[in-house]
Amino acid sequence: MTRGVAQIRFIAAMLAFAVMLVLAAPVGAQQPVNPTASSVKEEQLLQQLKRIQGRGTIPDTKSYVIEQPEGRDWRHFHEVTLRWIGAVSIIGMLVVLVGFYLIRGMVRLESGRSGRVLVRFNGFERLLHWMTASCFIVLAISGLNVTFGKELLLPWMGPDAFSTWSQWAKYAHNYLSFPFTMGVVLIFLMWLPGNFPNKMDVEWLKEGGGIVGHKHPPAYRFNAGQKMVYWLQVLAGGALAVSGYLLMFPFYGTNIADMQIAEIVHGIVAVLFVAIMLGHIYIGTIGMEGAFEAMWDGTVDANWAKEHHSLWLEQEEKSGKVTTPPSQGAMQAAE
Amino acid sequence: MARMKFLCDADRCIECNACVTACKNENEVPWGMNRRRVVTINDGKPGERSVSMACMHCTDAPCQAVCPVNCLYTTADGVVLHSKDLCIGCGYCFYACPFGAPQYPKVGNFGSRGKMDKCTYCAGGPEPDGSKEEYEKYGANRLAEGKLPLCAEMCSTKSLLAGDGDIIAQIYKDRVSKRGYGSGAWGWQTAYRETIKS
Repeated sequence: MTRGVAQIRFIAAMLAFAVMLVLAAPVGAQQPVNPTASSVKEEQLLQQLKRIQGRGTIPDTKSYVIEQPEGRDWRHFHEVTLRWIGAVSIIGMLVVLVGFYLIRGMVRLESGRSGRVLVRFNGFERLLHWMTASCFIVLAISGLNVTFGKELLLPWMGPDAFSTWSQWAKYAHNYLSFPFTMGVVLIFLMWLPGNFPNKMDVEWLKEGGGIVGHKHPPAYRFNAGQKMVYWLQVLAGGALAVSGYLLMFPFYGTNIADMQIAEIVHGIVAVLFVAIMLGHIYIGTIGMEGAFEAMWDGTVDANWAKEHHSLWLEQEEKSGKVTTPPSQGAMQAAE
Repeated sequence: MARMKFLCDADRCIECNACVTACKNENEVPWGMNRRRVVTINDGKPGERSVSMACMHCTDAPCQAVCPVNCLYTTADGVVLHSKDLCIGCGYCFYACPFGAPQYPKVGNFGSRGKMDKCTYCAGGPEPDGSKEEYEKYGANRLAEGKLPLCAEMCSTKSLLAGDGDIIAQIYKDRVSKRGYGSGAWGWQTAYRETIKS
């Protein structure tokens, strides 16, 4: 009996094997083995992903990316888009400032000088301001050189001189970033009290401040315009520092796409920052009488404070900080 | 003039890395830098392919466009070369290059990457052909001697092809039609804005 069962099992198994062979035969006969049937295809990979990455045998892991066509997009940004953003914002700002100067001229002290002065920025504040400002100027020029230098300077400097200059500019850019970042951080901390927005700022902005409008809306030590410059420099300086250090320490935790994004952020923020600072330089120099001496000598005339920072003057008068320096007093007496 | 190109037939590449070794030896490429490397895609999975990649000598090369000191140039043969005297080591060519070809001798902190180095298609640099200075800075100038890049010349499976673009494209096309498959001319669409249709 058991033998009969075994025989049936054997026959059934043979039949099943024969059926499998019959079913499998046409597949084997019609399709020769295609070794690339399941192979990766470049076209397919590029459509799925923006980057083709694999496994390499050298320590340099960046080299495992064999294709990143977005390099072409980054090139377009760097050569076309950034140039436009930079040119429009910087030249645009210069045009606006020249136009504004021609129409409005220097904002004068309406009530003249009183001869009484008060300290606006102490020695440390001025030192920090000018340290950061001089770093900024070098960083701006050396940075703009990377984007615009080969169009503006290379034709008349020649390739050798331009390369030497660019090399030094690059080192200046990299090393001055440290004092600049320190300056931005310290300025942020130093002037943070007094730069919180308040109700006065709304009024001040409605009146167009002291430079656009002709009235003198009240303000404490920093008016809304100065607060804007303060916060913009904190934000822009911060963004430039973060993106800049990523660029300076390439591929530390970043990949090629991150490096491209860091450069894009750095470039856009930098050209806009330069444009904003041109406005700041204008108001601080030829835009307003008595403004430059605040940061240069550290003192302002009481009438200047009255016109531009009336509430701050009141505070300072209360604490008895307004003085009549002997030299200016003597000059007044002689007049 | 011929338009020189590279073509890696990934269906033939066996990842022997002889092209990498040949390149390093022929051009005395310094330690830590590789002008050519082999990358394996889908490693260990069915259908894995290895591709030997170096500078593809692109048409309208992105590195050349972004270089802030214009140190890169394209020769009449379509080979993209550069001047190490002018290079300031800013690293921008690496961001723009679709193939990761530019190499730098230093790690690159504080912008000190050193002068960029990349595949020259065994065609040296701006110095006089075959001069000592040219060899020291850029390696061999085989093209001036009428020879093709060594990586392709000694490829054991003739996977890596170098030479006039039209000729190597035709060789690849014939191979694909004869064997009935091909995973594509890797990098051609990105580098030369064309594919080889078989």
